[in-house]
Amino acid sequence: MDNGNTGAGGRDKKGLVALTLAGLVAGMVGLSFAAVPLYRMFCQATGYGGVPQVADVAPDTVLDRTIKVRFDTNVDRDLPWQFSAEQRAVDVRIGESALVFFKAHNNTDEAVSGTAGFNVSPEIAGRYFTKIECFCFKQQTLAAGQSVEMPVTFFVDPKFADDESTKNIEEITLSYTFYRSDDPSDVATAPGDRASGS
Amino acid sequence: MANHAQAEAAHHDHDDHPHGLRRWLFSTNHKDIGTLYLILSLVGGIVGALLSMGMRAELMEPGMQVFGNPEMFNVFVTAHGLIMVFFAVMPATMGAFGNWMVPLMIGAPDMAFPRMNNISFWLLAMAFVLLVMSLFMPGAPGSTGPGAGWTIYAPLSTSGTPGVAVDFAILALHLGGASSILGAINFITTILNMRAPGMTLHKMPLFVWSILVTAFLLLLSLPVLAGAITMLLTDRNFGTAFFDSKHGGDPVLWQHLFWFFGHPEVYIMILPGFGMISQIISTFSKKPVFGYLGMAYAMVAIGVIGFVVWAHHMYAAGLDVNTQAYFVFATMVIAVPTGVKIFSWIATMWGGSIQFKTPMVWALGFIFLFTVGGVTGVMLANAGVDRSFHDTYYVVAHFHYVLSLGAVFSLFAGWYYWSPKMYGYMYSEFIGKLHFWMMFIGANLAFFPQHFLGLAGMPRRYADYPDAFAGWNLVSSLGAYLAFAGFIVFFIGVIVQFSRKEKAAANPWGPGATTLEWTLPSPPPFHTFDTLPRIK
Repeated sequence: MDNGNTGAGGRDKKGLVALTLAGLVAGMVGLSFAAVPLYRMFCQATGYGGVPQVADVAPDTVLDRTIKVRFDTNVDRDLPWQFSAEQRAVDVRIGESALVFFKAHNNTDEAVSGTAGFNVSPEIAGRYFTKIECFCFKQQTLAAGQSVEMPVTFFVDPKFADDESTKNIEEITLSYTFYRSDDPSDVATAPGDRASGS
Repeated sequence: MANHAQAEAAHHDHDDHPHGLRRWLFSTNHKDIGTLYLILSLVGGIVGALLSMGMRAELMEPGMQVFGNPEMFNVFVTAHGLIMVFFAVMPATMGAFGNWMVPLMIGAPDMAFPRMNNISFWLLAMAFVLLVMSLFMPGAPGSTGPGAGWTIYAPLSTSGTPGVAVDFAILALHLGGASSILGAINFITTILNMRAPGMTLHKMPLFVWSILVTAFLLLLSLPVLAGAITMLLTDRNFGTAFFDSKHGGDPVLWQHLFWFFGHPEVYIMILPGFGMISQIISTFSKKPVFGYLGMAYAMVAIGVIGFVVWAHHMYAAGLDVNTQAYFVFATMVIAVPTGVKIFSWIATMWGGSIQFKTPMVWALGFIFLFTVGGVTGVMLANAGVDRSFHDTYYVVAHFHYVLSLGAVFSLFAGWYYWSPKMYGYMYSEFIGKLHFWMMFIGANLAFFPQHFLGLAGMPRRYADYPDAFAGWNLVSSLGAYLAFAGFIVFFIGVIVQFSRKEKAAANPWGPGATTLEWTLPSPPPFHTFDTLPRIK
């Protein structure tokens, strides 16, 4: 390593070092792009950053403890809809599945499509807040002037009450933001793909 | 260090060096390229300092005085940050002193890839042109220039700034990043392959160590920035949605990617300063540096840990409490190797025969100011405390103490230490010390009150503030003007240095200066070490 600058061998050695380093650079560029899908998978798998979970059925155990779930609704400025929750909050028993409705109204005289991004707060609750059915799983289209009720079925996983970092939480807020989506391919391919929180 | 005549393949251009445009535009000589970087850094420093004068003039009193449009203030903030980081500090630390001194200190005839060195410089020069152009391009609605901060957080940098100014800034960062990556490859290859016979890694001067570690940081962090700003560019122009929550993207991902680069970046700016300060303290204490190996590996440790602490910039972005706990811990760990460095500098001076020449005075100023900045850094590392400090002037004060005062003081120390070697003329002690005291008092007056403003809750990046903050803002602005006057004194000193032509000796610093560059005449000849020195 000492006198690489003398003799013919030095050139090759320098080239090799430079090539290795260039490979390192290429690897880091690759990693920065790989971070995008990895980060999304990580958020969905762990509920990191308030990404709720998805399940087919409610759990068997229902605890006596109740928790207040609040609802928050937002509409992006590009989407000419009104969107609100029919109830500001519900008290549900942990483990029990609850059905709530949201109301959307298309203010314009043409059909408009939108999709909803969502997350829960506090974010740590994301790993136990589980949806069975949600209007946010697919793109919604409202005809001119149409009003619809949109249902959500969810439950709070009983493990919520055991976890050190969630058991003292007394309220969870579920937040939706509706965005315009004119592109039909914007339809969620799989539930949870539209995670906005994280 | 006896020079040993060693048969070497003939250098192609043993004869006289090229002149005029050919010498500078096509330069492959590490000394000339170092000088070019130095000039670029001075130009960047002047522009960046003028921008900060605009900001401080606006903030001197409550209300709007200088800027008609507050968005323009944000453009000044953004441009000041980007220019100071990428076009003032980095070209000076790595580009100027790294290029000039690394080959001289390891006894190599030049850098490993001289032509690549040339393109590194010119890419950076073009990047600077692009960034300056961006200031005149449409930015946020109704204003020109990129105003999203040097951190260019989405969505402010995407839907918040529709004009092309941000695209220009992104492309400037691409070019600057490519330049630094090529430079880093060049430095690592040079240091690993071209050390003089006998100079093992554990005998390298600490400045060379600092450049080696910095080059690795550049190599690993800049590609991530390049990837992230490419995503930002396609989000802005080609309909992708990496950071757009409307289409399933996530703005917090930008923050992760940016700070994965951004945190190592702050060590990129300060580590070469550590190296310079080590050389200077040792020279003017006439003692070898205390705990050489500990000093070298402290820099390696800072570099490694620097990659796993990025989310301490994001405590307010909604991280899980356990994640925050980890980042608090990891961040505090950095204080250990940093403490090793501070205490080793003090131990180097202990019992030494200290001479308070200008470079030494700057180095002492550096140690004091960097320590102040380090202490506020430990405060900010606490996620709980950061809830109230986040995005306040406390943060501004903190990072200016470590960078504006830390890194920049080390650069001035380096200039007074090495400019007699680089250009053969002695600087004026009086002007050098005047420069120091004006900058030291001015910068402390400018930034220390910002701690109080931050504690009182004054947020960053606003052109105006409530009357309650008026007092300390006035002090801060007056201090900034004094520091700027000190910067002008620096240029007067440079003019005096080059016009009175007082010849510098090969080693003007005496027995304390033991590194190889002091064995050469001042200024060193165009080609040095055609026969390699042999290190015992």
